[in-house]
Amino acid sequence: MFEAAPINLQNEQVQNRFRLMFGGMMVILIIPVVIILATLVIKGWPAISWTFLFTDPTNGMTAGGIFPALFGTIWLVVVSLLASVPLGVAAAVYLSEYAPDNMLTRMINLATINLAGVPSIVHALFGVGAFVIFFRFGTSILAASLTLAIMTLPVIIVSSWESMQAVPRAFREACWNMGATRWQTIRTVVLPNAIPGILTGVILQVSRAAGETAPIMFTGAAMFLPFLPNSVFDQTMALALHLFVVATQVPDIPESLPFGVALVLVGIVLIMNTLAIWFRMRLRGKKKW
Amino acid sequence: MVNSTVSRAKIKIEVKDLSIAYGGHKALGPVNLDIRESEIFGVIGPANSGKTSFLNAINRMDMMRTNMNVTGNIRIDDIDTRNWRNVYALRRKIGVVFPLPVGLPLSVYDNVALAPRLAGTAGTQAQLDELVERCLRRAALWDEVKDRLGHLGSLLSGGQQQRLTIARALSQSPEILMLDEFSIAVDPVTTMRIEDVLKELKSEMTIILVTNLVQQANRLADRTAFFLNGECVEIGETEQLFNGQAKDQRTNDYIGGKFG
Repeated sequence: MFEAAPINLQNEQVQNRFRLMFGGMMVILIIPVVIILATLVIKGWPAISWTFLFTDPTNGMTAGGIFPALFGTIWLVVVSLLASVPLGVAAAVYLSEYAPDNMLTRMINLATINLAGVPSIVHALFGVGAFVIFFRFGTSILAASLTLAIMTLPVIIVSSWESMQAVPRAFREACWNMGATRWQTIRTVVLPNAIPGILTGVILQVSRAAGETAPIMFTGAAMFLPFLPNSVFDQTMALALHLFVVATQVPDIPESLPFGVALVLVGIVLIMNTLAIWFRMRLRGKKKW
Repeated sequence: MVNSTVSRAKIKIEVKDLSIAYGGHKALGPVNLDIRESEIFGVIGPANSGKTSFLNAINRMDMMRTNMNVTGNIRIDDIDTRNWRNVYALRRKIGVVFPLPVGLPLSVYDNVALAPRLAGTAGTQAQLDELVERCLRRAALWDEVKDRLGHLGSLLSGGQQQRLTIARALSQSPEILMLDEFSIAVDPVTTMRIEDVLKELKSEMTIILVTNLVQQANRLADRTAFFLNGECVEIGETEQLFNGQAKDQRTNDYIGGKFG
């Protein structure tokens, strides 16, 4: 028998209390983000202009623009992605689709996750030893980008691995039963459905690569270099290091300049992320099960 | 009564001393049986009796599972499946339908065209179109999807997806069709439609029907094997088993609904 039950006010109150609690936590998290962005925009916006974006720094970096640093950061991020994405996705394909489920594989997985937690200065010193000295790339875009790639690889591997594991096993079984090889199965079923998740990992790493200072300052980024690099074997300026320099090393600088640099850096990251998120949404819209 | 046309037919699959174990845990065996060309061979038994493992051993899916050990021999067309040089070609001869419908997240058309494309036998666009239409028609799905071949196969209803799976299996032009409890997620009307499809297909291919619906085996199978806890208890003409002429009391009890 169904009877009209009285509304349980206590229940409703508990519900509301939890909703408030979680909502409050979200607000607490958003406040710093809003303050940072607001400060950057308010203090940095006066510095932004076409000349600021597209000319060289002048007067000992106290005036002029940031073009070499902007250009250098884009170089560094693109070259490091060219190295880390194919390598990371390939490693994840192996770990997820080919590797037998044994002690060794599990240890490799654990090591990869741990590698993601290594401080960036350690990656920097590795980069100096490996790329600058051992491979004789010198301090160059290539050495700095590869150092960034090494730093970003673990997260790319882990997130790619997880998104491949999220593709139902039944899809693979169906494919194998049709007489598809492992590689055909990966190509037709696993990777297309894992790409949105892989992109999420890549998006996070773009921001990291653009923003890290330590890995590039010993391997390829110069403090002041008022011309553009000609090849990947040249040094370059970079926004993150430039920000560090103008904020702490150069006296008598207009206040808006460091904020302007920071605003541009955040802007680049936001634009790249927006592009990747838009791309991911398009892919997600097509793939459903 | 023994159906004489069936018993004289050629042996398609010969299973000898087949045992299957996962790690150290035995799942099935030993099994000795013959499956004849163009018959529907039913396999009944409660859960965990080794039915699915049996199917996996036939198309050599043990290769994809590190802990699955298969001993004994399975000969298809008188060739040991272990000696098939190209295991992918072997699997292409065997269509498989799963308990839960698996519509791959591709369009309806691509779902059916996938197997020929992967095998490199797709031919011209017109030939592929014709193959897709033929398979969908035979799976009794064409009329429902002909106007939306570009829609995602994984968004069809459960019963439609299961017929899509059958169409996909048919696109391989298989000589053997294995169905693993296909009706588990399908409504009774769709089940009856698929059963009618199977009766038609029987003349062209050997069908292995694993089912936990005893009456389904009775309706469709020419001969039936009863698996129980990894043991092949009995193999016989379906008619005999269901007329209470089973040799083993456990078979009679299972078919009679006393357990399982």
